Amino acid sequence: MTKVKSKPSEKSVKNSTEKGKNGTAWDIVKISRHPNRPVLQDYISLVFENFIPLHGDRYFADDPAIVGGFAKIGDKKVMLIGQNKGKNTTDQITRNFGMAKPEGYRKALRLMKLAERFNLPIVTVIDTPGAFPGIEAEERGQAESIAKNITEMAKLEVPIVAVVIGEGGSGGALGIGVGDKILMLSNAIYSVISPEGCASILWRDATFAPEAAEALNITAKALLKLEVIDEIIEEPKGGAHSDYDKTATAVKSAILKNLKSLENISVDKLLDMRADKYAAMGKFSTDN
Amino acid sequence: MAWFIKDETIKKPSSKSLWVKCKKCSSHVYDVEWKENLNVCPICNFHGSITSRQRADLIFDKGSFNELFANIGPVDSLKFVDLKGSYKDKFEENKKKAGINEAVLTGHGKINGIKAVASIMDFRFLGGSLGSGTGEKILQGANFALEHKMPYIVFSESGGARMQEGVLSLMQMAKTCSGVAKLNKKNIPFISVLVNPTTGGVTASYAMMGDINIAEPFAVIGFAGRRVIEQTIGEKLPDDFQTAEYLLEHGFVDAIVNRKDMKDYLSNVLSYYNLK
Repeated sequence: MTKVKSKPSEKSVKNSTEKGKNGTAWDIVKISRHPNRPVLQDYISLVFENFIPLHGDRYFADDPAIVGGFAKIGDKKVMLIGQNKGKNTTDQITRNFGMAKPEGYRKALRLMKLAERFNLPIVTVIDTPGAFPGIEAEERGQAESIAKNITEMAKLEVPIVAVVIGEGGSGGALGIGVGDKILMLSNAIYSVISPEGCASILWRDATFAPEAAEALNITAKALLKLEVIDEIIEEPKGGAHSDYDKTATAVKSAILKNLKSLENISVDKLLDMRADKYAAMGKFSTDN
Repeated sequence: MAWFIKDETIKKPSSKSLWVKCKKCSSHVYDVEWKENLNVCPICNFHGSITSRQRADLIFDKGSFNELFANIGPVDSLKFVDLKGSYKDKFEENKKKAGINEAVLTGHGKINGIKAVASIMDFRFLGGSLGSGTGEKILQGANFALEHKMPYIVFSESGGARMQEGVLSLMQMAKTCSGVAKLNKKNIPFISVLVNPTTGGVTASYAMMGDINIAEPFAVIGFAGRRVIEQTIGEKLPDDFQTAEYLLEHGFVDAIVNRKDMKDYLSNVLSYYNLK
């Protein structure tokens, strides 16, 4: 990343898209948001069996942006919870493009607690631009619902595997993302803020999103290096949307492998490992 | 001639304004009066920003505060450069300006005789943003409270996660909350005080997780920024939206407490804690 002094010209924007073939951060952003990219419901039919959807947070409503329920993956029974962006325009609108409201996060927590009662491991699937930024969401405690999930996930006495399949949008993603293992598809992104949002704040111009995407280190490769995620699930050439079956097979075997790695660990050990994992996140200096 | 020769010994008036303009009611308040009133507007009771050290002085008994983990500071692990320059230059400049190494001051002491640990965020340091060093200090504060069985208080004053540290800053939400989870499990009280402003990733992690949540009057507290919401819904938001008063009404804070009463309020609440 070099210093950017002027507004990017049409040419430089075009250049950065052309660089796409080399896989710049911005190109990966575009693949992660590709209209044909498989979403949760595709994985539910291709990776899982016998899915029993469960609804509602028991306080206010059922949020269609978050889908969850019992499911089988291979020979394993799990609680599956994830954001669903939807398939066509009507479905996407119903599901609010995967942007959950507090009732969505509270439903997710309810299902996680249910998994604990049934002694089932949890698989969470992350694909959201972020938590919904609207009046009703603030009114009903968007921040509190996410904070609660993050805190409660630190205490859950069953293994948690989180998979980022598309967009890992900030707190909205983390609200179901505190896993013992965090996996990420090779063209998925995970970021503290959208590249557009970051560019409009730090560059004062949203058209600098490609620069912001690069600076933010949001790709699977960068995050593996930063020790934020545990594993990259390689997508077929051309991206997940080019071959659903191949992608699903890779996702299935990665989830199964990681679920197996967490079996037969005592609850105390599991919780200690989880606490240590998050305590180690971040880089700071101690010689001030 | 001599009668109009400039006397160099007479002090020139300082170029700094003697008046503070209140951000809420726009009243001009005499600087000395503003400071004597703890940076609170005497006309509308808006609570202006104070430094983390000033707050420690207000909360803890005189001479009882011991700073902890002062050696922790930020690193520019992503080599982040934006329009205004590098993150490294920015935090070095903020260290000098604010006289602290991170956006939070952590320590322990006595509040009207009651032992407690506190982490106090400081808005002057990169807008009080939550970086890796900030998260580390908040977690270490929780660990210290756990070890010494002392209640833990966090004062939040922050724009949210620190963008210049990318996802590492996002992960501080999980890191700090795992500290809160440990306190919950051992039944050690955790009190969150929300100060103007507390938004984004800080609100969506430890700041909302207090066993008791307290706010200062008129503090802006929310998840998404006001501008983002206005863009999403395409209309103007009401004035009281995302204020301490709005959160009290909607059930997310227990009390709104004036700065001058905060110490006594905290010690009063903590006096109900029976250590097992």
